[in-house]
Amino acid sequence: MHLNFIYPNESELQWSILIVLYPFLTGLVAGAFILASLERVFQVAAVKPTYRLALLTALAFLLVAPLPLQLHLGHPERSLEMYLTPHRSSAMAMFGFVYLWYLMVVLLLEIWLDYRRDIVLLSRSSTGFLRVIYKIMTLGSDNISERSLHLDERVGWIITVIGIPSAFLLHGYVGFIFGSIKANPWWNSPLMPVVFIFSAMVSGIAAVMLLYMLLTKLRGFKIDIACVDTIAKYLFYIFIIDFSLEMLDLIHRIYEADESFRSLDFMVHTSLWIPHVIIQILLGTLVPIGILGATQVLPLAEHMRKKLYVIAGSLTMIGIFAMRWNVVIGGQLFSKSLLGYTTYTLHLGSREGLGTAIFLTILPLGILYVLVKLLPPWQHESLSLN
Amino acid sequence: MNMSRRFFITLTGAAGIAWEHVLAGTPEISPNYKITDHWWAMLIDVDKCIGCGNCVRACAAENNVPEGFFRTWIERYQDDEHIQDPLVDSPNGGMNGFLPRAAGTGLTGNGVKEFFVPKLCNHCADSPCTQVCPVGATFTTPDGVVLIDEKYCLGCRYCVQACPYGCRYIHPEKNVAQKCTLCYHRITKGLTTACCEACPTGSRQLADLKNPNDPIHEFMKKHSVQVLKPQMATGAKVYYANLDGSVR
Repeated sequence: MHLNFIYPNESELQWSILIVLYPFLTGLVAGAFILASLERVFQVAAVKPTYRLALLTALAFLLVAPLPLQLHLGHPERSLEMYLTPHRSSAMAMFGFVYLWYLMVVLLLEIWLDYRRDIVLLSRSSTGFLRVIYKIMTLGSDNISERSLHLDERVGWIITVIGIPSAFLLHGYVGFIFGSIKANPWWNSPLMPVVFIFSAMVSGIAAVMLLYMLLTKLRGFKIDIACVDTIAKYLFYIFIIDFSLEMLDLIHRIYEADESFRSLDFMVHTSLWIPHVIIQILLGTLVPIGILGATQVLPLAEHMRKKLYVIAGSLTMIGIFAMRWNVVIGGQLFSKSLLGYTTYTLHLGSREGLGTAIFLTILPLGILYVLVKLLPPWQHESLSLN
Repeated sequence: MNMSRRFFITLTGAAGIAWEHVLAGTPEISPNYKITDHWWAMLIDVDKCIGCGNCVRACAAENNVPEGFFRTWIERYQDDEHIQDPLVDSPNGGMNGFLPRAAGTGLTGNGVKEFFVPKLCNHCADSPCTQVCPVGATFTTPDGVVLIDEKYCLGCRYCVQACPYGCRYIHPEKNVAQKCTLCYHRITKGLTTACCEACPTGSRQLADLKNPNDPIHEFMKKHSVQVLKPQMATGAKVYYANLDGSVR
């Protein structure tokens, strides 16, 4: 094999770590929302303590999701053209509309309806600048009669029902952006959108589980173990589906062994060995599935289960990030000639460097902090009408 | 010069419109060029290419191609009966021609052959780059040339990912996608492309598929031609004569 030729224009990698971050962030949004919908639509009462937190988490990450794309553009000042003159045959052109639909029609509306009673009460009890903020957030709707709240509940339920396929659309669409590129055999797969949806659910559920445990601990309250057990159970089931789909894709590629196989196989055994096989499949998938499986079948003590959930959740997050990395970066490490490879150098301080990526990962947590302060998600502290 | 105020104001307005036209980069088309009368393509006879690099240099000079990027390039292939394993190189896009391979670095054996393959944008009729552009900055002209509106391109790089042939790059200063324009500014004035003009062996021929008198029709009748990566079904319009099965 002579695997040392790349097309002359391929020496530069096109999509950086910021494009890795984009599906990671939108995945968290979609996954967190699905978790919230478990309680609302599927009546899984045990996960109620995380319902509002999941919605706020989804919002915080959704607000940041377009930033890596914006920072990556060669001409960010022209990005509005995607809304004004979208090219209808482009999957990417639909991003703006899917994003706006999800933000405005699903997430903001659902949060507003769920919090409307609290917002009205807070606008009455708070003072100064906060009062103005809450007044604005009521959008002039301060009727919190029983009939009105009942109506909120009904409409909120309908929006959640609409929101589930919307969450699938949001992240399935991200998978479609990669899966529909026939020029790239590493990406080109009809399974890609489905794998993205399930991995999104895995990462979002794990993130909310970790955030719930962390925030409850920080606030000095007791973690609702029934809630965390239920979340871990769903995480385990969905993780198995996700892993099965990824393995189906892998086995299909190996068995089919088309013209790209030798080139991709070599890449997986060399430059992608650590991020793909070791980090994504072994540490980020098999180990957490094993841990979650153990918590399902072994009679473990509560404190042990909590510790295992934290370990499994953290490894899951690492594994899903590695999956995004291996899709985006891995898909650019080989030449489209299938005769050679290139490398990706991650800079620290550049516009698309590690520093920016870390900032964009932390930023949603900062936004979440503000949202939690403004709209406390803790049900037992919900404001009383008296 | 005697000029009335009315005439001056009219002249200023007309000059303004003309200047805007110039600034917009509207392609200058010769008055007798009918855009719908043409369907441009290129014919490359692999057997005639000697790998001199004239075409690459002419293209770079004609189109101000930034250093390290290529709108056209030449690949040198060496293969034998194992056509899945060709040895390929393209030092600096073949711009300065090719030195003989260093001893011991090439293939050996009776069945070994060596040849040069010029590459450029295939101006595909169903181009994936046009399909994926989120704002339509990449478009196909009515005469079959895929062009980029640099004043509209976002620099999202989706088109670079979608091109199966590695023909696109991002201009390092302008931050927009660029590629071969088939010298649109020349062919619409009745000239041929810079690369075809510079080719000393006639390996590259601009072809107009809508022109019944174009020699390409006679050539295609008598020769076997192929496009690159036909499995991609992009409707590529760069036709190769005598193309080896090992070429990617």
